[in-house]
Amino acid sequence: MSVIAPNFKLSGFIKSLLDNIFWILLIFVLAGLPAVFMILLLVDLPVIDGELLTPFLALSYLVNPTRLIPVIHAFLTTDIFRVIAFPGFGFAALLAASVIFVERKMMAKLQLRVGPFYCGKVEGILQLMGDGLKLISKEIIIPAKADKPIFWAAPVLFVATAAAFVALIPVAPGWVVADIDLGLLAFFAVIGFFPIITILSAWSANSKYPFIGGIRALFQMVSFEIPLILSLLGVVMLTGTLNLSEIIESQSNFPWIVFLPIGAIVFFITMLAELERIPFDLPEAESEIVAGWLTELSGMMYGLVQLGSYLKLYAFAALFVVLFLGGWNGPMIVPAFPEQIITEGIEMGPITLTVDGLESLLSNTITQEMLNGTLWFVLKTAGVIFFIILPRGVFPRVRVDILLDLGWSKLIGLCFINIFIALGLLYAGVLGPGGLQ
Amino acid sequence: MTTELPRDIKLASSEKQIDQSSSNWLPPGLALQKVDEKIMTLNVGPQHPGSGHMRLIIQIDGDYIVACDPDPGYVHRGEEKMAEYRNYITNIPHLERPVIHDSCNILYPYVLGVEELLGIEVPERAKYLRVIGAEINRCIYIMYWLAIYGIFLGHSTMFMWPTGDRELLIDLMEKMTGARVTHSHFVPGGVRNDLPANFEDVCLRQVNYFEKRIKEYAAVFYDNPILISRTKDTGVLSRQDAIRLGTTGSVLRASGVDFDVRKKEPYDVYDEFDFESIVMKEGDSYARSKVPWLDMMESCRIIKQALEKIPKSGSVRVKLKPNPKGKGFDTVYKRVESGRGSLGCYIVSDAKPEPYRLKLSVPSFRNLIALPYLLKGEKLGNMPAVYWSLNYWPVEADR
Repeated sequence: MSVIAPNFKLSGFIKSLLDNIFWILLIFVLAGLPAVFMILLLVDLPVIDGELLTPFLALSYLVNPTRLIPVIHAFLTTDIFRVIAFPGFGFAALLAASVIFVERKMMAKLQLRVGPFYCGKVEGILQLMGDGLKLISKEIIIPAKADKPIFWAAPVLFVATAAAFVALIPVAPGWVVADIDLGLLAFFAVIGFFPIITILSAWSANSKYPFIGGIRALFQMVSFEIPLILSLLGVVMLTGTLNLSEIIESQSNFPWIVFLPIGAIVFFITMLAELERIPFDLPEAESEIVAGWLTELSGMMYGLVQLGSYLKLYAFAALFVVLFLGGWNGPMIVPAFPEQIITEGIEMGPITLTVDGLESLLSNTITQEMLNGTLWFVLKTAGVIFFIILPRGVFPRVRVDILLDLGWSKLIGLCFINIFIALGLLYAGVLGPGGLQ
Repeated sequence: MTTELPRDIKLASSEKQIDQSSSNWLPPGLALQKVDEKIMTLNVGPQHPGSGHMRLIIQIDGDYIVACDPDPGYVHRGEEKMAEYRNYITNIPHLERPVIHDSCNILYPYVLGVEELLGIEVPERAKYLRVIGAEINRCIYIMYWLAIYGIFLGHSTMFMWPTGDRELLIDLMEKMTGARVTHSHFVPGGVRNDLPANFEDVCLRQVNYFEKRIKEYAAVFYDNPILISRTKDTGVLSRQDAIRLGTTGSVLRASGVDFDVRKKEPYDVYDEFDFESIVMKEGDSYARSKVPWLDMMESCRIIKQALEKIPKSGSVRVKLKPNPKGKGFDTVYKRVESGRGSLGCYIVSDAKPEPYRLKLSVPSFRNLIALPYLLKGEKLGNMPAVYWSLNYWPVEADR
C-alpha cells in the first residue's frame, strides 16, 4: 500500500499538544469565563452557611477551596447537573462524539487507510469539531412544497427523543436522571416515537426519495420492535422488575447473558436494525434512494439527526450493558480514597498543611462505588459499541424482503425459545426466588 | 430467427410516437404522463449517487420496478466526429478518453486497424509489451468497477480495498508508460517506449502480491452470505436472451456463452498463452459480478507468462513516415476483448492523413440494452446490484 504518512516526530507532537492547550486556554479565558458568569447569573444559586451565593462571590470561591467545595457539592446534587452534564446529555453527547471519531478511525484501519489525519494535528482529533462547524455554517434549504412546521420540528424532536432515552440509563448507583419503577416500559414507549418522527420528517419533505426512505424506516422499525420487546421479556421474568437499577443489582453475581444468550443475540440484531446501521441501513441506502429520509435535510438539521442517532446508539449500547452485561457491576479497581491524608492534613516535610472543608469532599456525593461503577459501565458500553460498529466494515446491505422475513419469522421464533428458557430456569428453581440468588 | 423481445415489455418512450415539434413536448421522464396512481416515476440520475453520468427513468409500483428506461447521453463528447479532423497519430490521446481506466484496451482495436491500413508489421517484443499493458489495464479497470460494485451494495470495505490495491498496478503502468491513467502507450507500429530497467522483476513481484490480494476478496465479499442472498437469482439473463440482446463480455460469459475475443479471434500474441475464458451458467447478478473477478486471475496468469516469453531485446516500434495515410479507399474492422467485452473499431480510410469515418462499437452500450429487460419485475433494492453488474461504463456508452 502506498499510503503516504508524515513521519512521526516527538517534538512536533509535543508542540502540537502545547499549541492546542494554548488555544484552549485562550478560548476559555475569552469566551469560557464570560459564559460561566452568564450562567451563574441565571442559575438559582444555593445558600451556603447562611450566605446567599452571588456570581461575584462565586468567582472569589474559585480560588478558595474552603468555599469552593461546598459549592461543587451543592451543584453535583442538583437536577440541572444530572440532566445537562453527567449521566444525562453532556456525558452522552461526549461519548457519542468519541464514538464517531473512533468509528472513523476504526473503519480506516480496517480498510487500509488512515482516516481523519490533519485536523487538530494529532491523528485528526479535531475533525469532528470541524465537521460540526461546517454543518452549522451551511445554508438550510427547505423544499418548496414541504410541510414546513413539521419539517423543522422533526430533527429537534429526534434529538429530544434520543435524549429522553439517554435519561433512563443508570450509569452508577444513584447516578441516573430518571429513576422510575417502570424504566423498561418507558424505554419501549420512547423507542415507539422514532418511527413516527421518521415518517413525519420523510413525508413532510414532500419529495420522492425521502418518502421511500421513510416508508422503509417505518417497516423496519415497526417490524423489529416486536422481537426487541419479546427478547427482553426473559430478563423481566427472571428479575421480576422493570426498574433498570434493580435489574442491574440483580446481576451482581453473574450477568444475564450467561443464562439468556439467545435473548442477548436477538436484542443485538434488533438493536442494529433500530439504529439503521449496516447491514440494516436500508432507510439511508445511498445507492438506491440517495440518502433515504435524510435526503432533504441540510445544514444543522442533518447535524441534529446525526447527533440524535449517535445518542441513540449510545443509549442502546448502554441498555444492552444494563440488561445483559451487568451494568456497573464489576471488580473494585478504583483505589480507596485517601481519607487519612486529607482529613488529617497534607504532610509537606515538617509542616502539616490543613485545609478546612476538604472533609466534605468524601461525603456521600461521590463514592468509591460510584466511580468504580462508572468506569465499568463505560468500559462495557465501549465494548458493545465496538461490536455495533464492526459490521459496517464487513457486511453489505440487506434487501427489504430479506429484512422483514428475518424480523417477522426468524427473530420472533428465537424470542420465544428465549422466553421458554427463562421460564424453564424459573420453574426449575435455578434462578429467581430461592435459586442462585 | 425471431425478432421478438425476450419479455414483452414496452418502454415508456416507445409506446406512442411523440410529436417533438409541439410546444408541449418535454423530454421523456419530465413530461407528465397519465399513469396509474399506484405508479411512481423515479428519476435515478443524473444527480444520484447510484447512477453514474446517466439517467434511469424507473417506474415503481410499491417496491417493484414496472418499467425502466435508460437515458444515456449526458457525457457525449463526439469522439467519432473528432477523429475525422485529426490524423492517425493525433487521434491516439483523445480516443482513450471514453474509458480512461481501460485506456490501453480502448486504443488496441484502433491501433490494430491502423496498422492493417498502413500495412505495418509490428516487432515481436512490442506485441508482448502490448499484451502486458492490456492485461494490467484490464485489471485496473475491473478493480475500479469492483470498488463501485461494492459501494453500490453498501459494502464500504469493498470500495476501499480494490481502490487501494489498484494503486499497485497503476504504479506499474506509470513505470512502464510514464502516465498513471491515460497512458497513450499503444501507437501504430508498436508501443511508444521500451520498458525501464528492472521492470520485469518489479512487475512479477507486484503481480504476485496482487494475485494473493484479490484472492482475499472472496472472504470479505464473494462468500459473504448477505451478498449472496442479495445477488443470487436477481436479474437473471438466460443464455438465449443474452445472445439475442447482443450483450458481450462478462455479461455474456456469465450467462453461459463461451465467447472471449482473445480465445476466438486471437490478436497479436494471445494464441501463445495458456489461459481460460471464464464461463458461468447462472446468468444472475452474482455470476456477472464474479466473472470479472475470475478474469483478473487469468490476466495475472497471462502477465506472468508474457514476462517469461518476451524477447529480451529488440525494437519496440516501427518508424513511421510523418503524417501516415492509407493506401486508397479501404475499410477495416478490428475487435479486442476489453475489460467489459468485445470492443470494435471500424475505420474507413480515403487515402488522406485523417480517417474518413471512425466508428467505435463499445461493449458498454451493448450491455446497457439488457438493463430494461432485467430490471422489470425486480425490487427497487436490486436496482444497483443489477445495474452495475452489467459491467457498464456510462462515458464509454456515450463516446
